[in-house]
Amino acid sequence: MHLNHIFLLIDWALFIEKLVLIIVVVMGSLLVAMYSTYAERKVAAFMQDRVGPNRAGPFGILQPVADGVKLFFKEEIVPNFSSKFLFILGPCLAMLTAMMIGAVIPWGDKIHLFGRDISLQIADVNIGILYVFGIVSLGVYGIMIGGWASNNKFSLLGAMRAASQIVSYELAMGISLIALLMITGTLSLNEMVVQQKDHWWNIFKQPLGFLIFLICAFAETNRTPFDLPEAENELIGGYHAEYSSMKLGFYLFSEYINMFLSGAVMATLYFGGYDIPFVNDANLVHNIGVNWLAILEGTVFFIKICCFIFLFMWVRWTVPRFRYDQLMNLGWKILLPLALFNMLVTGALILLKQNHWHF
Amino acid sequence: MQALTNRIKPVSRKPMSIWERMYLPAIFKGMTITFSHMFKKVPTIRYPEKTRPFSPVFRGLQILNRDEEGRENCTACGLCAVACPAEAITMEAAERKPGEEHLYREEKYAAKYEINMLRCIFCGLCEEACPKDAVYLSETFAPANYQRKGFIYGKENLLIPHPKEDPEGFAKARGSRAAHPEGHGNEH
Amino acid sequence: MGITQILFWFLTILALVAAIGVISSKNPIYSVLWLIVVFFAISGHYILMNAQFLAIVNIIVYAGAIMVLFLFVIMLMNLNAEAEPVKNVYMKMAGIISGLTLMIVLVAALSHSDVQNTIIRPGTSIGLIKNLGKALFNQYVVPFEISSVLFLSAMIGAIMLGKKDPVKKISL
Repeated sequence: MHLNHIFLLIDWALFIEKLVLIIVVVMGSLLVAMYSTYAERKVAAFMQDRVGPNRAGPFGILQPVADGVKLFFKEEIVPNFSSKFLFILGPCLAMLTAMMIGAVIPWGDKIHLFGRDISLQIADVNIGILYVFGIVSLGVYGIMIGGWASNNKFSLLGAMRAASQIVSYELAMGISLIALLMITGTLSLNEMVVQQKDHWWNIFKQPLGFLIFLICAFAETNRTPFDLPEAENELIGGYHAEYSSMKLGFYLFSEYINMFLSGAVMATLYFGGYDIPFVNDANLVHNIGVNWLAILEGTVFFIKICCFIFLFMWVRWTVPRFRYDQLMNLGWKILLPLALFNMLVTGALILLKQNHWHF
Repeated sequence: MQALTNRIKPVSRKPMSIWERMYLPAIFKGMTITFSHMFKKVPTIRYPEKTRPFSPVFRGLQILNRDEEGRENCTACGLCAVACPAEAITMEAAERKPGEEHLYREEKYAAKYEINMLRCIFCGLCEEACPKDAVYLSETFAPANYQRKGFIYGKENLLIPHPKEDPEGFAKARGSRAAHPEGHGNEH
Repeated sequence: MGITQILFWFLTILALVAAIGVISSKNPIYSVLWLIVVFFAISGHYILMNAQFLAIVNIIVYAGAIMVLFLFVIMLMNLNAEAEPVKNVYMKMAGIISGLTLMIVLVAALSHSDVQNTIIRPGTSIGLIKNLGKALFNQYVVPFEISSVLFLSAMIGAIMLGKKDPVKKISL
């Protein structure tokens, strides 16, 4: 009954440490998303033998700032006859669900500050990867609600496409993930990284699973070749056709944050997370200390994520968009059976290993 | 249906092989192509800092020429206006008064000389028609304007800078053509 | 009142308000959205009972998949508030009576149950995935496997439905 009592129960140091971590992760993903837009334009330009943005600042490095300022100063338009509340809720949800994935990703091992061991993961929940999965499945609401609330047929079509696409590809993604979970035996992302530190990375154990997961990640983040919900030339922008100003910015931004965080998830699951390849971490701790090791690990992890972001862009500027029936065929008739097959083979191999390779 | 030419090529409709149906090899091939393009030389010319040289036959904005002493060449004979296929040129002639010899080369001059740049097709026929070497097509574009009347260029816009008072502007307006006057291209 | 209790009451009230929202909103889209809020409140309750796995599966399956399809269908059918048919008085009366009857049955059933045994106290760990997995694969392995085969067959059935009839293929 005493409110003071509650406040005494809270571990304030932990609270502040987590708060700082959350702010750093959120700001970090925003910054990365900002510069992803710049990187996307530059990569596109280089692949098409062009120059790309080079006017704002040296090498156009201030271009994202200029874009952001432009988006903020544009007129806000809410179409008549659309539900205003849902119209605003759409981009908010898209942004929220994009941001929430960052909570369970281990950005590094722990650092030692002020006499405390601080874990560089906001929440090491024991259902880690399922949490990611749940949030990703909610990501479609932002698009659906926004598309429907626009009161526009193209937007609605975009929303419908997004919904069916994400629900379809989630299945194959989940099943390819189950094969991985059978090997690791844990749902916690941090534990997966620790396992991969000492042994092989999971990509060598699950190459097919990774391929399926990668393709599904492209579909879940609405990136080309699966960008049907926002296909510019058939749906004039799809679900965000009616959006302007920063509400549009939120949608575009959330896509890049999704890209960043799905890269982080894939690096964690299959590429050893913050593990530094070819290096014995235990020796390194002795040489450079815990904090420097954590910074080094974070940098390596970030490089891995950047490779994934580059892959996303590289594919975008290479592969043309799928037709809708091709998309569904790929998801249901190819990826899903492949994922089931992968799961079956993995299960059989695990069983064989437990029997010491005797039938 | 009978083919109109013998250049017709039948489209291959044979079903794809397993390798082709996997798609991934083709995608990887495409990705290597796009990746190789990242290291190609960029052909872009960064415009305001760098400009491309005009071709010797380029026909730009007209200028009204002066001789070396800065006197206007034009005698308002009207041949350019007659030659103009777009009927863009109008002029009014006037007689040179005593004391104006340093302004106009001959006894008659153009008091008003207007070219409507919205009508002009930059064909260069005025330049060819001119017997006095008075009108030239320079190496600049007609700049944009907010109003239609801004495109009717009078003498104040067209006249070349004075060679004595502003030799730099004069040389610039003459352009590289002065160095090789044979390079109009129309003669050949 | 600890944090757990504050959260419990908050989630309970949220669930009830959202549930009322489901049946009282005229526009079916809003009903679906309220229903998603209900699922979230229930997932919150699961987390309070330390059943994180159930909570997240509830979100993945119900909020993430089933409600998306609900929303999908309703959006495609373009049901508006105006399109809702006017129900006559007898239908409404019948609804009220049947609802009240159900409530009486529920209250009667719950009033005789042993309160001590039914409530899962916070702090138990049956809802954690490890314990749940052990229970499912030891104690309840047969029903679990049967239902998983059922799901698998449903999934393969969906793929078969998606396959085109090979006879109808248009030859070019």
